[in-house]
Amino acid sequence: MKRLPIILGGIFISLLILLLPPLIHTTYGQDLLVKNGKVVTLGKKGTIEGGDVLIEKGRIKKIGKGLRAPEGVRVIDASEMWVIPGIIDTHTHIGVEGGVNEGSNSVTSEVRIIDVIWPENISIFYALTGGCTTCNTMHGSANTIGGQNVVIKNKWGVSADELIYHRAPKELKFALGENVKQSNFPRVSGQPRYPTTRMGVEALLRKKFTEARAYMKKWDDYNKQKKAGKNPIPPRRDLQLDVLVELLQGKVRAQVHCYRADEILMMLKVAEEYGFKISSLEHVLEGYKVADAIAAHGASCSTFADSWGYKMEAFDAIPYNSALLAEAGVNITINSDSGERIRRLFQDAAKCVKFGGMSEEDALKTVTINSAKCLGIDKWVGSIEEGKDGDLAIFNTNPLSAYTRCEMTIIEGKVYFDRKAYQEEMEKLREEAKKKEEKKEKS
Amino acid sequence: MGIKAYISVFLGGLLIIAGSLGAGESLQKAEVYAITNATIVPVTAPIIEKGTVVISRGRIIAVGAEVEIPQEANVIDAQGMYVYPAMINSCTILGLYEIGSVRATLDSSETGKFNPDVRVAAAINHESVHIPITRSVGIALALVAPRGGTISGQSALIRLEGWNWSEMLVKSPVGLHISFPQVRARRRAAEEEDEEAISKAIQELKDYFTGARHYMERKEGAAKDASLTAPPVDMKFEAMIPALKGELPVIVSVTTSEAIKEAIKFVEEMKLKAIFHGVSEGWKVVDELKKADIPVILSSLYGTPREWKDGYDAPYRNAGILCQAGIKVVFSTGDAALANNLPYHAAKAAAFGLPKEEALKGVTIYPAQIFGVDKDYGSIEVGKVANIIVTDGCPLEITTQVRHVLIDGKPVDLSNKHTELYEKYRKKK
Repeated sequence: MKRLPIILGGIFISLLILLLPPLIHTTYGQDLLVKNGKVVTLGKKGTIEGGDVLIEKGRIKKIGKGLRAPEGVRVIDASEMWVIPGIIDTHTHIGVEGGVNEGSNSVTSEVRIIDVIWPENISIFYALTGGCTTCNTMHGSANTIGGQNVVIKNKWGVSADELIYHRAPKELKFALGENVKQSNFPRVSGQPRYPTTRMGVEALLRKKFTEARAYMKKWDDYNKQKKAGKNPIPPRRDLQLDVLVELLQGKVRAQVHCYRADEILMMLKVAEEYGFKISSLEHVLEGYKVADAIAAHGASCSTFADSWGYKMEAFDAIPYNSALLAEAGVNITINSDSGERIRRLFQDAAKCVKFGGMSEEDALKTVTINSAKCLGIDKWVGSIEEGKDGDLAIFNTNPLSAYTRCEMTIIEGKVYFDRKAYQEEMEKLREEAKKKEEKKEKS
Repeated sequence: MGIKAYISVFLGGLLIIAGSLGAGESLQKAEVYAITNATIVPVTAPIIEKGTVVISRGRIIAVGAEVEIPQEANVIDAQGMYVYPAMINSCTILGLYEIGSVRATLDSSETGKFNPDVRVAAAINHESVHIPITRSVGIALALVAPRGGTISGQSALIRLEGWNWSEMLVKSPVGLHISFPQVRARRRAAEEEDEEAISKAIQELKDYFTGARHYMERKEGAAKDASLTAPPVDMKFEAMIPALKGELPVIVSVTTSEAIKEAIKFVEEMKLKAIFHGVSEGWKVVDELKKADIPVILSSLYGTPREWKDGYDAPYRNAGILCQAGIKVVFSTGDAALANNLPYHAAKAAAFGLPKEEALKGVTIYPAQIFGVDKDYGSIEVGKVANIIVTDGCPLEITTQVRHVLIDGKPVDLSNKHTELYEKYRKKK
């Protein structure tokens, strides 16, 4: 009976831990009603002309027509505007303090972006100005295994911790090809870093996964013995292999930077040999050449709309890549990989219509719901559906038009970018600066 | 020679005659085109509904709603479609660039500070994969400009069709390109550090021009007065003479507001005919640019502002502000691999304050004007070279499909490396 308080306490603490994330979540969410827009839900409700979206405590409560705002709830008039789900960028390096590559070693699975989030990076704000609400911020492609990425919401003005989207599953970045081989920049003096060929990249991957398997077995044996009541010595912990084991166990998503068809196939085969799944192939510019194999594996593809020719491995890139992959049944998304291009992903999406004739709705999906699927967060973001996060982007016209302009970006019911308000504020700042200048001249 | 041989020679001769007759007929037919039933946007004149453009021997011979179609014409029925002048990309490295990371494929930047005698024309690889790709979105002409150093060399205007660089030349040289010394750093501290080096570099540039002017004067003096000796021939200074005389414009690449002001001072002091290129902070020095009456070739709008205070949309608003002040603005991409994105840069400016018609002019008639080829290019007018596109919508829209591109009055092949790979792998199941 003496143990009861401890047990009760334990239950209480575990309940608290279980309940805490949603509690934190709702704390930041707000109420909002967006009225009378052309709402492109990209979900079950299709497109609603003159539609309303009611957001309550950060989540979409209701979608329809003629919705009324509860008392005190802010109403945004979206007449003549297009309302789409907040854009999601599956491949960026924004909001990272310092370098994104721990380039001293080709395998650095132990390093984590989450430890170096830089909330004051202006790219986060720029992303908002292009309707982007969520992005996957990643390690670079210098290493075969680069480290652990993190998904953030572009809540400009909050702390590093509050930027992180805790619902997103854990991810690990891999890279293949020229960057890993260090082909395109002068080698630092001394010995070249292994690997310097695509052969070496495959060999290194297989070596590491073999080690990871052995390490996993050591822990399994240890756990078994412990369970059997024995008192075994625990294996020495290896942070680099820990995450690879989690990958083998299906707890971590593998995101693989790749270009050429050969290396794409190699990676799929290595994954299949060691029994893990590639969740997404990044860039994957020659993906269209092995679309069937990618579709069979079930990996998403996160590609560029039309960037190409900047290096040898990008010379067979075609802007039809997304259309061909989509036709093969692959979940396809367009990424920015840039703190500048992130402001105009909707225009890159439009290129899917031009090259290969994707429908406008499918094109918009490449930067919203498909991206959410790619990151494993489609239960919560990526389309305008009841119960999902209240993440919206509002444009003055069709977001696929070259003449379009993002007017407002909303995350979890809170307006983080409002073009009109922004312009007014900038005008005020300019006037203040002018006055200061005049004062200086007078004195 | 036996009788059989005679017969075969005779038959062969007949075949040749028949063949050449056929060829002659088709040649004639190949030279006359009529694009009918189209909404014609001539750019320099009002839009014509259900109009026809007639093209003969490379030039436009008739435009209008009530135009007779010559019997020998190849008819392109453009029912429900639009006809625009083909676009002009006002600054690229097309033909000088193939693969960014492969040095052997790059010819855009010569080494050294002063290379006025360097000309792009003969270095243009007409087989560059980027040329047909650029052409396929409706771009018919491109300025190919050198980069690097302080005086980079002489640019050329090319048509994106031809069997060799010589055939592709529309005009060469078009300008003497100067990469104006300016801060490249985005951090304030580094900028201050740079300042001294920059004013020194500007002085060096001025000295170079002054040196060239002295050379020219000595040469001219010796030509007039036999008692004076001409200077030994200097190919670099020789290349400067047309610019010094104001016959060849200097095209000055400059971006920051401080550098633009310095560059204006420079071209005025040196009495040069100038076009500015880049000019992303032009909106900060509108009055100065207007007063100097300098046209502007904007480079890629896809940049972020140097300072947050400029506003996130400063690169987008720039064109509209310049245009409102009466400064002629044209668009360019600067690169080769994405030279086909030209129309979207112009549209971006239109989304942020530039009138749509001005955006279209900035990729058609305005560049023709600033490069001095508007007599022949830039709009759909009788007498002009038939560089024409047939589209299913506004050519500045990303989703628009370009159905036909005519260069010098002939439809060009719209297939390219991208379409070929697409077709090849589409068949793979």
